Amino acid sequence: MSKYSMHLLVCGGTGCHSSESDAIVCNLRDELEAKGLTDKVQVILTGCFGFCEKGPIVKVMPDNTFYVQVKPEDAQTIVEEHVIKGRKVTRLLYKDPVNKEPVSDSKHMGFFKKQLRIVLRNCGFINPENIDEYIARDGYMALGKVLSEMTPEDTIKEIKDSGQRGRGGAGFPTGLKWELARKNQSDEKYVVCNADEGDPGAFMDRSVLEGDPHSVLEAMAICGYSIGASNGLIYVRAEYPLAIHRLQVAIKQAREYGLLGNNIMGTGFNFDINLRYGAGAFVCGEETALIHSMEGLRGEPTVKPPFPAESGFRKKPTNVNNVETLAAIPVIILKGAKWYSSIGTEKSKGTKVFALAGKINNVGLIEVPMGTTLREVVFEIGGGIRNGKKFKGVQTGGPSGGCLSEKHLDIPIDYDNLVAAGSIMGSGGMIILDEDDCMVSMAKFYLDFTVEESCGKCAPCRIGNKRLNELLGQICEGKGTLEDLDRLKNMSNVIKDTALCGLGQTSPNPVLSMMENYREEFEAHVVDKKCPAGHCRSLMEYVINPDNCVGCTACARVCPVGAIKGERKETHKIDPSICIKCGSCKEKCKFDAIFIR
Amino acid sequence: MSKITSLADLKKKREEIKTGLDIRIKAMDPESVVQVKVAMATCGIASGAKAVMEFFLEQLERRNIAAVVTQTGCMGYCYAEPTIEVKLPGQDPVVFGYVDLKRADQIIEKYIKTGELVDGIIPVNYQSIDDKKE
Repeated sequence: MSKYSMHLLVCGGTGCHSSESDAIVCNLRDELEAKGLTDKVQVILTGCFGFCEKGPIVKVMPDNTFYVQVKPEDAQTIVEEHVIKGRKVTRLLYKDPVNKEPVSDSKHMGFFKKQLRIVLRNCGFINPENIDEYIARDGYMALGKVLSEMTPEDTIKEIKDSGQRGRGGAGFPTGLKWELARKNQSDEKYVVCNADEGDPGAFMDRSVLEGDPHSVLEAMAICGYSIGASNGLIYVRAEYPLAIHRLQVAIKQAREYGLLGNNIMGTGFNFDINLRYGAGAFVCGEETALIHSMEGLRGEPTVKPPFPAESGFRKKPTNVNNVETLAAIPVIILKGAKWYSSIGTEKSKGTKVFALAGKINNVGLIEVPMGTTLREVVFEIGGGIRNGKKFKGVQTGGPSGGCLSEKHLDIPIDYDNLVAAGSIMGSGGMIILDEDDCMVSMAKFYLDFTVEESCGKCAPCRIGNKRLNELLGQICEGKGTLEDLDRLKNMSNVIKDTALCGLGQTSPNPVLSMMENYREEFEAHVVDKKCPAGHCRSLMEYVINPDNCVGCTACARVCPVGAIKGERKETHKIDPSICIKCGSCKEKCKFDAIFIR
Repeated sequence: MSKITSLADLKKKREEIKTGLDIRIKAMDPESVVQVKVAMATCGIASGAKAVMEFFLEQLERRNIAAVVTQTGCMGYCYAEPTIEVKLPGQDPVVFGYVDLKRADQIIEKYIKTGELVDGIIPVNYQSIDDKKE
């Protein structure tokens, strides 16, 4: 068999598929066959290019020509002109939106690539268990640069100038945090890496630790030099065994190379890192609770001030940074504050990693510059909603965040815009909801989580969240009233104002934002006693449409509680007093005769 | 393993590793060395990446294809795990998703042996830090 010399990649993502990319493939293959080129040129359908706006896409390899909005009838031109004569089909090339010039190949379409990988630069690229591969990618160069060419003050200034803000959720400026820890004099200080990733649906910290553990170790050493600490601790969830294993391997290799330990790179700087395991309590992601847990105490938060920068681990000045924050530090040092601050929005610099989950086609990890819109994330990079359903909302920031609706799709994502929209950045989990998701049930789902995870130290969080949860439960069962909606709102605001730590202060966020953005759905539950999404079981009734029912008995046979009665070839009937609303009959019916009322 | 005792030492080490990798590759016939990276984060392993990696290690040797098979972290395409990246000499790397043993076999037989692409390609959709100018 001869080798192919050219490949035509046709996008087979959902968007392009719906605009006839299948027909393009067929036509291209027919054309190639007619010209006797089938053993030289191969046509292949690929996954989504993330450029659905200009689809369907055809990319020619190896010259990287990128054709947009291709129609099935263009196949002939592409084969005759590009494949045979080697001339690019100018009218199909992507046009630069600024100067309107056609762009000849995808390598020059800088902004086409919506994603920019800083934190994830090595994930999926190097072998995480081999320090040499990290070094070959400029690993530990930033530490070397800092130790031999920069003072601690220079380093802190660089981080401050970069404008980086903490990626754990609250968005506190990293450089400022380091400066505070540096200012507090002590015989010993600590650098702590917060790897207690607890938001449901967020997994970027795990991926960084599993894919690029040395970037975190290097950043911790840089932080240690900057604030004057010689001890580092990583507080990592015990449920992340692979991350722990890779960290252990990485620490061992770094020590063997003398990149951790005493007199690092002959500069007299000493720094070592050890691991501490968390049992997976959500509240331990809060820095004071995390520190208590590391000290062997109960994982409960304490009132700030004093901040950990004054009195943290073992009452010594302690700097706590999240995994994602740290992973970007070596790049900031090597590329410079100016480079980093050129990315992002005015008050939120750099990139953010998001974990896409829920009803979206491309579940996974993405990294985009701050300021990218929700629409770009969901519909372009994420490939849109699964099964062609309708987009309903995105829960950002996990149980501490809020739910953004369709009207928020075009706001540029950054810390401040998300807060203004009633949500938070949080750790960057995004759970995408479609038309089948009931907002009252979603609010209850997150409350279930916070009630479970509340440490119980302060009353607003321990008792208030429990009451919120009960109210939501009643509404889901059709026992709520309009007054209950006001009670929900009032109680939420009280909890926000009075809870001790970030967990309690943010736990009513999902309720508040969902009531704000989906008010009519809450009202439908309490006034009409209906669940528009068809999710709340107590509020729905399965009914058989006599026009469609042919009396095949399939539903009656599948019903687990015998709620369906009817003779063969006669219309069946569901007894609502017996029906448990499991939905088996609806799934089984081949005639679409069963519907939800 | 010798210690790295200065920044100059680290730079030397980096060059050594970089050229070392080159030597390792150039020492063999450059047209015959294939690099396969298997995404081995929790998501990948949970979807069967370990079996896929073992398959490549075993089968590439058995089928006499000079290749380097390594593990790496999560590429971010969790919906399409297990994912692998294959780099044929002198060509841009190609990422394949949904790689079960059957597709792994196709990748060896078709893509690696003849350059014919197989289903499951995930187009590169991001910029690296080296592409990004100030």
